[in-house]
Amino acid sequence: MDEHANAHAAPREGAQRALRAGLVSYLIGLGLAVALTLASFWAAGTNLIWSPGVPIALAVLAIAQMGVHLVFFLHISSSPDNTNNILALAFGILIVSLVVAGSLWIMANLDANMLPMDQLMRMQR
Amino acid sequence: MTETTADLFDPGADETGGGQAGPASRAIIVSYGFWIFLLSDFVLFSGLFASYAVLSHRTAGGPGGRQIFDLSRVFLETACLLASSFCCGLMSLAVEAGRARATYAGAAVTFVLGAAFLALEISEFAGLVARGDGPSRSAFLSAFFTLVGTHGLHVTCGLVWLVVMMAQVASLGFRPKVVRRLRCFALFWHALDIVWVAIFTVVYLIGAR
Amino acid sequence: MFGKLTWSAIPFDQPIPLAASAFVVVAILGLIALISVKGWWPYLWSEWITSVDHKRIGVMYFVLGMVMLLRGFIDALMMRSQQALAAGGAMGYLPPGHYDQIFSAHGTIMIFFVAMPFVIGLMNFVVPLQLGVRDVAFPVLNSVSFWLTATGVLLANLSLVIGEFAKTGWLAYPPLSELAYSPGVGVDYYLWSLQIAGLGTLMFGVNLVTTILKMRAPGMNYTRMPIFCWTALASTLLMVAAFPILTATFAMLLLDRYLGMHFFTNAGGGNAMMYINLIWAWGHPEVYILILPAFGVFSEVIATFSGKPLFGYRSMVVATMAICILSFLVWLHHFFTMGAGADVNGFFGVMTMIIAVPTGVKVFNWLFTMYGGRVRFNAPILWSLGFMVTFVIGGMTGVLLAVPPADFVLHNSLFLVAHFHNVIIGGVVFGVMAGYNYWFPKAFGFTLDEGLGKAGFWCWLIGFYLAFMPLYALGLMGMTRRMQHYANPAWQPFLILAAVGAVVILAGVGFQIAQLVVSIETRDRRRDLTGDPWNGRTLEWSTPSPPPAYNFAVMPTVTGIDAWWLMKKAGQPRAHTAYEPIEAPRNSAAGFVAAFFATMIGFAMIWHIWWLAIIGLFGAFAVVLASAWRARDEEIIPAAEIAKIEGARAAPEGAA
Repeated sequence: MDEHANAHAAPREGAQRALRAGLVSYLIGLGLAVALTLASFWAAGTNLIWSPGVPIALAVLAIAQMGVHLVFFLHISSSPDNTNNILALAFGILIVSLVVAGSLWIMANLDANMLPMDQLMRMQR
Repeated sequence: MTETTADLFDPGADETGGGQAGPASRAIIVSYGFWIFLLSDFVLFSGLFASYAVLSHRTAGGPGGRQIFDLSRVFLETACLLASSFCCGLMSLAVEAGRARATYAGAAVTFVLGAAFLALEISEFAGLVARGDGPSRSAFLSAFFTLVGTHGLHVTCGLVWLVVMMAQVASLGFRPKVVRRLRCFALFWHALDIVWVAIFTVVYLIGAR
Repeated sequence: MFGKLTWSAIPFDQPIPLAASAFVVVAILGLIALISVKGWWPYLWSEWITSVDHKRIGVMYFVLGMVMLLRGFIDALMMRSQQALAAGGAMGYLPPGHYDQIFSAHGTIMIFFVAMPFVIGLMNFVVPLQLGVRDVAFPVLNSVSFWLTATGVLLANLSLVIGEFAKTGWLAYPPLSELAYSPGVGVDYYLWSLQIAGLGTLMFGVNLVTTILKMRAPGMNYTRMPIFCWTALASTLLMVAAFPILTATFAMLLLDRYLGMHFFTNAGGGNAMMYINLIWAWGHPEVYILILPAFGVFSEVIATFSGKPLFGYRSMVVATMAICILSFLVWLHHFFTMGAGADVNGFFGVMTMIIAVPTGVKVFNWLFTMYGGRVRFNAPILWSLGFMVTFVIGGMTGVLLAVPPADFVLHNSLFLVAHFHNVIIGGVVFGVMAGYNYWFPKAFGFTLDEGLGKAGFWCWLIGFYLAFMPLYALGLMGMTRRMQHYANPAWQPFLILAAVGAVVILAGVGFQIAQLVVSIETRDRRRDLTGDPWNGRTLEWSTPSPPPAYNFAVMPTVTGIDAWWLMKKAGQPRAHTAYEPIEAPRNSAAGFVAAFFATMIGFAMIWHIWWLAIIGLFGAFAVVLASAWRARDEEIIPAAEIAKIEGARAAPEGAA
């Protein structure tokens, strides 16, 4: 009977610990995300940052916040059972980068070589 | 996506994926499959982002970002969605602890905040359309409405899903398949907030300059 | 009330489509009548339509591909005959608008409804068996994927009977595919059919990636996985990565057509080139989705029929994953001529040449596998040998096209057409045929007739060269693709030869149909009683032919590559004394019903019948709800029943 009771006590304590750890994780995540969001909106409107550098600053803040979401809300970690998740994420990031960066490079290149649209439309009979 | 308290007491299945101990547990399989689906959704958004980036200057004589974006509304939307994501996290904790009332409470707040986000977005869209700056006005507006609208559509589907899940909890309790589905919902909801970070940065903050 | 749909949608005034439609409708009604009279509906419903067994679904995918191969091939015969006739001032027998629909339908059907179902069918059937597990990760989703693909097939073929198909080519470039220049329903049929089928493919990709990465028999770590599973992993990773791009791009074109948006229009600031960029960002990975499983088939077949392990397993794995990543770095080579500068063209040209290297590694590994082995010349090995010669030629013309200045001359010529048929037929089709002959006994319990199989192969091989080598010459002589008629009579002899080649391929198809019919009729003579007719190396050959629903009564423990070969060498006894009950997924009508509503939505959207589309959406949602509240998802197969099934197997005679 005693063993039976002890066997139940351990899971309950484990559950309590997990609950607290989870709560802390979400609170830290929220705090960081709020800070990064405020920083983004501030950076977009301020004169204190050199103007051409603002988009880069915003991108860095955005990537940081996405990282905060991934770690604190989605619980991506570096433990061995998470390896597949990280590999999949890395693959996804690679594809997204290739699609966006590749498209931008290609389309900008094409645009530079194109006649302006209104001239082009005037060529049509 | 770390092991849940349930998995901590199920050491038989091999969660590292190295394959030595046979197939992973059902919970891991379902979460991982949904994670892969979410990554495919990110790729979908990347196609829309790429189009937006390429077409963002093609305003065909109509308004550009600077003319139409209301950053205070965007800030409010961001706050709503972030808070909603946090509450979804709290709801997840309640689910793992098997506490039904806390789950309903977390879900309700998540829903209200998500609905508030949608309401703000719909009012933005409606306002633009009423002014004649709808999606058929120019390529820029087509791309804007589609990118942001697709995210909004995902949020809408998420809200419907949340209602269905609460109905499942009410009628079926926290049986394993319901818990697995709730975990997938949480993944989905957090992922939508990640996409929103990209949207408010690239579309609104950079676009309004 | 019925949107744009009127009686004039049926081609009463066009004899050829009318005749074709009548034939198809009569054939389908006849089939339904036959099934009804014979009372086969209950069997079909419970054993096939609602099955969530990966083996059944794999077979259904494959059958779908076979039926569509006939449809796509008829399109090809029509094109070849038209081009053989329409020289000088002659106009042939197909009017231009009709000819345009034929080449568009041919490409669309062959890629989406023949090649994809073939490779998906093979992967679906084989991968869980090779991994030593009982099913894929999400069996009901598997059924949904198949039936959504079938919806795509139905919608695309419905365009023959009601309405028209797209006249834009198989990729529907704007501005031609925009509403201003394609106001009819053709492009809408194309878009909705492929959006729905694409959804099915994406879900299959998610399903199989999860299966391969999270569900393998105990002891099967990544370096012990059969090479076909590695290529399946690479292929399905590409599905997950690439198909969303297709979905997004088609969605944007649909928004242009339905809501007057300006993504790709000429007016309003749209950019048609963006469509071409995005569609090929999908399109190039797509062809690797098709070829990688074929490479996997060849690896399995060549190793088995040489009686040797595959040479260079690790380099094969590295080459496969390299191809997977590199396939996302080359897509601009499909539009070198669109006007990007030298730096962009040069980068993608070089990357395209680099991607040939891992493929070359694979070819050498196959050759080294055969070297020193005792090669048995069954049909699967013939297809593999034919592949190696044919695909290498096609690959070399690809590397030629990868040089931008050369491509400026050859883009959209028949040289290009010859190149991609060279690699798709020589690679994908030959691989599928090899896999079909190889795994047929496993699926159905009896082998296919060897003689007819070999005759079919030779006709395909000879017919292919007759049909497509002239096209290389024509391309170099300046003939462009998709010509309904042409002025230069010097081209005609080549086109007549190509038409002859198509007829030889037709004979090959005929031999394959005969092979199937004869094999079924003589099946009792050619039963596979051991489950291992080829002295195979991988785990699927350890099961009976056909395997029981649960695949493995006891999940095998894997100790090395070529797990079954190791087991045979160790002389492990197959009999077990104690079995445990197995939880099997229950059949589900969700896939079929969901596809029914998807068809409704697609048809309604095409014809602008908005109320019907809304009903379809609600119906699809209802299917989801019904599935979510299903009381029992699984049924238990009792241990006694398993013991009975296992005991009924003929005892094996040990290693050959």
